[in-house]
Order: sequence, then C-alpha cells, then structure tokens
Amino acid sequence: MDKEIFVCRCEDITLTQIKELISQGHRTIDEIKRVSRAGMGPCQGRTCRMLIAQELAKAYGVNVEEVLMPSFRPPVKPIKLGLLAGGE
Amino acid sequence: MRETEVLVVGGGPAGMVAAIEAAERGAKVVLTERDDRLGGQLIKQTHKFFGSQKQYAGSRGIDISKLLEEKLSNNPNIEILTETTVLGIYEDGVVTMEGANKHLKLKPKRTILATGASEKFLPFANNDLPGIYGAGAVQTLMNVYGVTPGQRVLMVGAGNIGLIVSYQLMQSGVEVAAIIDAAPKIGGYLVHASKIRRAGVPIFTSHTILNAYGQEFVEGAIVASLDDKWQPILGTEKDLAVDVICLAVGLSPLTELCWQAGCEMKYIPEFGGYVPRKNEFLETTVPGVYVCGDAGGVEEASAAMVEGRVAGISVAASLGFGLNIVQDLEAALKDLDQLRSGPAGEKILKGLEKLFARGKQHVS
Repeated sequence: MDKEIFVCRCEDITLTQIKELISQGHRTIDEIKRVSRAGMGPCQGRTCRMLIAQELAKAYGVNVEEVLMPSFRPPVKPIKLGLLAGGE
Repeated sequence: MRETEVLVVGGGPAGMVAAIEAAERGAKVVLTERDDRLGGQLIKQTHKFFGSQKQYAGSRGIDISKLLEEKLSNNPNIEILTETTVLGIYEDGVVTMEGANKHLKLKPKRTILATGASEKFLPFANNDLPGIYGAGAVQTLMNVYGVTPGQRVLMVGAGNIGLIVSYQLMQSGVEVAAIIDAAPKIGGYLVHASKIRRAGVPIFTSHTILNAYGQEFVEGAIVASLDDKWQPILGTEKDLAVDVICLAVGLSPLTELCWQAGCEMKYIPEFGGYVPRKNEFLETTVPGVYVCGDAGGVEEASAAMVEGRVAGISVAASLGFGLNIVQDLEAALKDLDQLRSGPAGEKILKGLEKLFARGKQHVS
C-alpha cells in the first residue's frame, strides 16, 4: 500500500514533494506556495503553513520563528468573483 | 460606506463578551460571526466548566452561550451579523466582509479581533484516509448534531481537549482504544485522565502515530514509543484496530486579520504560534485594533471571556464611554490573573512573559 504523508490537504501536496522542493533550493513558504500551490486551497494555508515552516526550519537548521512568513492578503477565504462584482 | 463605533469579529466566548461590555457602556457595536449561530466552541462544550464562579464554573458551555446570546440580543446597541465572514482589513481601517451573499464594507472606529483558533494537523502516513478527524469536528458531530464518528477511536493528544473528547466519546457508547501523546507527561487535568483510566482506557505517553492504514477508510493505526529525542523506537510498534483517528494535537491562533492589519507579530510556542503583540489592555501595535481570546494566544474559554471583558471595556474607554472604567478594568485584569494563577496557567504566564519581553512600550 502506498503510504503518502499529506501536508497540504486542500491541494494534495505531500511531505515528499515539500522536501523535494526544499532540496531544490526553495527557502520560504511563499516560494513553495508559488511552485506547488501548497496553501492556496480553501483553507488558505491554515493547515499546512506551519508544517511547511517546520520542514524549512529542519532543513536549514534554524528555529521555526526564523522562517519567513508569507504575505497575508484579503480575502481570507476563497470567494466568488460575482460576490465582488455585485458588492459595494 | 457604513460606519460603526466598534466591530467585533467572531461570536465565540471572547467576542460575545467583548461586544456586551462595549455596548453596555454605550458604544454602538457590530458583531460578526461566520457560523449561522453565535457561541463558537461553547456550543459543543457539553461538560461543566472548571474555574471560578464568576467565570460560570459549574455551568456547561452551551448554557453559558445561551446566557450571553440573551444579553446580546437584549442590547439595542448591538447588531449581530451571523453567516458573515470578515474577509479583509485594509490600511485605512476599512473592513470587508461576505454576508447574505453580499460583499460589504464597514468602517469601524475600533476593531476587536476575536477570531479564535484552528486545529493543528499532523503529518503521518495515510493521513488523508476518511475517518481521520480533528477533535473539534468530533465534538461538533457528537455534541451539536448527535452523530457518533465511528465505533473505535484512537485519540492522539492527551491535553484537555483530547481527554474531554475521549470521555464524551465513551459516554456516547464509542470505544476509545487508546489515548497517545508525544509528550512524556499527560498535558490535561489529571482528574479527567484518571476518570478515563479507571474506565480501562490506556493512556500512552511518549508515543506517536506512525501511520494509518485501510483501503477506503481508516481500519487501524500503528503507534510507537518515542525516545527522549522524540524519535520512534524500533520494535515498539503497536497495531490498533480503529475506524476513527481523532487528532487533538493543539490549536493555532487564527491571525490572518492581525497580519493584514499590520500588527507586529511574534512567535510564541506557548500560545500555539504567531500572535500579535499587545498591551495589557489588549490593544495591538496597530492603534484601534484589539485582540482577545484564542486569536491572541490559545488558552481556554474562561480566560477568553475575561479577555473579552478587558477588550470590551478598553475599547469603550478609548471612545469615551463608561463611568467606572478604572475599577472595571482592574477587576477584570485581577480575574485574569486569578484564572492564570494555578499550575495550568504557568504556560500562559510564560507565553505572556515572552510576548512582553521587549517591554510594554506599546501601551497607549
């Protein structure tokens, strides 16, 4: 049986994929997000953000708080474009 | 654009109390809640609270929620917007939200962020199998909707949430195969732990889950002992036949709005992750933006309610409302100290010490 460890449940990104991206030289949560979509699903990274931070911290031998946090922009959850079109 | 004096984001214990305290002193308050009802986590807390009488000790969370809801709906200064999610806070203080299928804008004079926390997730093999739940989801299923999640549960986490949910599962006739925790000590109150142990449920400390297995859903889990470097010890694996794995491995403060608002953030492991820096009156480094409850550091509902009181009074005072502000604030801060004075409060005090490490220069 295939044993997959999921880190980002929304976008189906596994720990293996995250580690692979780190070994390719990606150093921040944002970089990993941009190449893999980890953290771009319905929960907007609430589940995976700090798990990815932990992997980065481990790989680079730093504390979790030294890992650069991503930018936080509105909206905090995915919304339909129609909502924006029809709103104030 | 609509304006209001106070916006409270989040209708859980902290937000509800904050809204009441601000409104009772005369401020016009808008309270938003993304769920279709108020109460936050209180509505699934069917157990009686510990703590002091003033913080409703001896009452069940769900009853406390009803009481607060009554106070809210009886106050003409409060407008409650349920099924409304705040989407963003902008530099000019404008807040955007989605409610009743509309995109709304609001310009509050003061904003209280009481967004609570979200559950932490654990990386282990096959952690996407159906049957793996967060403890919050299990509580919602059982205590709000009366649905049991399965027949036999492995509980991961022996903190208070793990222990209480285990006991509630047992009360619902669900078998708890074991409770495991990576820490060498049980994190929750021993009175809960001994009740569970007396009923024959083993609690394995220094244990982790290696993997879940099953074809279409969870059929079992392999757990193992950890050495003092938190590494699994070969040969100590146990195979537990369970159809539910419940994760009670802690909470992270929900702080997206704090980041967006530009609050200075600090990583405090004792609080569950990044939290905004704040002064003792719970104002963040962004003037006019306050934080209370789990969003400012994961604690528990009694403390969240007293923090709501502090934030509500502070906000009212900053707008010029209230007659006995100093006494009221002092009383609330004293209650908060009292709640944190026991052994359970040590972690919180350590977290606060780190948060205030650079002094209280942000006191306005």
